[in-house]
Amino acid sequence: MKNHHWAALVLALLLSTWLCGAAEAPRDAPSGASTKAAEKEAKPNWQGVDETVVEKVAREAGRPPREPFINTDQGDLLLFCFLVAGVIGGFVAGYCFRGLFPPRRREKDGKAPEDTKVNV
Amino acid sequence: MHGKRSTFLILCVAALALFPGPAYAMHIAECILPWPWAGLWFAVSLPFVWWGLHDIQKRSRQRPYMKALVGLVGAAVFIISCMPVPVPWVGTCSHPCGTGLAAILIGPAATVVVASVALLLQALFLAHGGLTTLGANILSMGIAGAFVGYGVFRLARRLGASYFVAAFLAGLLSDWATYAVTSYELASALCGQHSFQKMFLTILVAFAPTQIPLGVAEGMVSGMACAFVLSRRPELLGRLAEGNCA
Repeated sequence: MKNHHWAALVLALLLSTWLCGAAEAPRDAPSGASTKAAEKEAKPNWQGVDETVVEKVAREAGRPPREPFINTDQGDLLLFCFLVAGVIGGFVAGYCFRGLFPPRRREKDGKAPEDTKVNV
Repeated sequence: MHGKRSTFLILCVAALALFPGPAYAMHIAECILPWPWAGLWFAVSLPFVWWGLHDIQKRSRQRPYMKALVGLVGAAVFIISCMPVPVPWVGTCSHPCGTGLAAILIGPAATVVVASVALLLQALFLAHGGLTTLGANILSMGIAGAFVGYGVFRLARRLGASYFVAAFLAGLLSDWATYAVTSYELASALCGQHSFQKMFLTILVAFAPTQIPLGVAEGMVSGMACAFVLSRRPELLGRLAEGNCA
């Protein structure tokens, strides 16, 4: 990897540390801290807008969501499902991408790069 | 240029790896909508899905690469639409949709099909959306996102915008259209005795702080992806690459 690749990775790590730190901050606050910290504790950070908007509106209208028919939202099961979905989706995307956009080949014997064929 | 692209890709992969977890956004969860409304949105969505299936079949016979392109776009829409993106100054997460870019690449009708498959898988296995609300989610993400994105791209090209700008606008407005339609679906089904208009605007405004920056990000990604396709394989854009948007 080149230097700018490493720089990008370090930048991503720093950014993620900052974001995670922001999420964890209220939990580290002392017990007698301000009410704001307590309020933040009650309302978790980084909630999705479907919780902060869609489900909130639905609850206020008397239509709370029910559990999914196949409830994978139990412990680490959902994380596992997301990772499997990501791996399968990533593999399919990568396979199709390589077929559609084959890597550029260097010119040989004055011929043009063979990157215009569709290998599918 | 190649180095910049690699850096961007590494940043994206790192961000994906560092922020795993469920995404929660425009998907309307199970049983939020009353049955008549859920049924109505299914009835509206199904003809588009049928049209999209026929469109894919027809174009696959004409173009050998169509199936691979649909596979690539389908996988991308699936991943993008369950990828939570944190918006630091708001403190919430939401996801882009990818349907604007998908519509540019494979057409709006085929995009409805790939969005439907993505939403079905998410509802079944990822506790994301719902089976009863699948029709409503297809309408907002699949149909509205795809047709608005495609329409905006064609209009922008006709008005002389570059491919990057046209795809940027398509990605931006398809994302916002998705959330506007979600707001409409929720407000129409849940307003009860209250004012529909007020509830619609309330939901729309609640989405805004998260979706405005995310829409811009989606527009940027759409613009860059479109520019990449145009530079490497312009025939994938079909008639759109020739500037023939008729």
